[in-house]
Amino acid sequence: MIPMELVGSLGIVGYGLGAIGPGIGVGLIFASVIQGTARQPEARGAMMGTAWIGFAVTEALAIIGIALAFVFGGL
Amino acid sequence: MSGFLSGLVPLETETEGFQAPGVQSFDVPPLFESVPWFDKYMLQGMLSVILILAFWLIMARKSALVPSKGQYLGETAYFFVRNTIARDMIGHDFLKYLPLLIALFSFVLINNLFGVFPLSLLPTPSHVGWPYGLAILVWVIYNAVGMAKHGFFGYLKHTTLPSGVPAFMWPLIIPLEFVSNIIVRPITLSLRLFANMFAGHLLVLVFVLGGEYLLLHSESIINKTAGVVALIFSMAIFGLEIFVQSLQAFIFTVLTAQYISSAAAEEH
Repeated sequence: MIPMELVGSLGIVGYGLGAIGPGIGVGLIFASVIQGTARQPEARGAMMGTAWIGFAVTEALAIIGIALAFVFGGL
Repeated sequence: MSGFLSGLVPLETETEGFQAPGVQSFDVPPLFESVPWFDKYMLQGMLSVILILAFWLIMARKSALVPSKGQYLGETAYFFVRNTIARDMIGHDFLKYLPLLIALFSFVLINNLFGVFPLSLLPTPSHVGWPYGLAILVWVIYNAVGMAKHGFFGYLKHTTLPSGVPAFMWPLIIPLEFVSNIIVRPITLSLRLFANMFAGHLLVLVFVLGGEYLLLHSESIINKTAGVVALIFSMAIFGLEIFVQSLQAFIFTVLTAQYISSAAAEEH
């Protein structure tokens, strides 16, 4: 007897798991920018430049995740 | 990538009851049967070019010392891209790249906002081909800027080897930086825009279509109430979408400026 049957793609679950890390990472980046701006407001421009690069690299993981969720969506 | 594209073909499912929106919702038919490439995405893309051209031409035509309301709007939009994006990201030599950044920002913003404009209701970048095209353009430009500045091998050294790295780390750093700066950058630039527009439009579809189905096609009063709540809440989702669409246009332009700036940076 099967108590409950779930149908669908496991790739979606994988993407959900894969989005945890980038979520925490992007949060940490902008938390640091807010703290840095509060401590030294005139350094905001220099911090934002680094922050956008770090944001792009961190979010790349989540973006690769959504691409792979489509690639393995049929499995 | 072929597997990724094959996920965008419509699914052949015939089920009773509610059809949940999915990737098949983005497969719009061509407007005329005889011209298969001319679909709604293409119409919106062409329309956006005309709109942007008309906006900036009208804004640039009659500039007075005391600006009218229309000129003030145009100047605010121009100074936003010029000061917040170009000058802060690129630095003293930013005026050369300003036309590109303004064109990119207006194109991405207008095409994103087609997703909430009542007569179109379909963001153009939710079809993956449009962000791919924009990202290829940006990739060619920032690599060309770097090669014009440092020469071909000078640029490769500049972009794959940060200064001050000890020699025993080179076998690790050089492939890592090459993959990160040359290969991953255009992919993430395009897929970030695509995924945000795709997911946001899917969210709107789930609330609107689900609410409509609950309201009109079900019998129980609880379901009808839930349908009304879902339809009202979809307005809040539209508000969130306007925010996300503007933010994605901003991020796309900021990252383009950042990539150009890092390719053209001086050696320290």
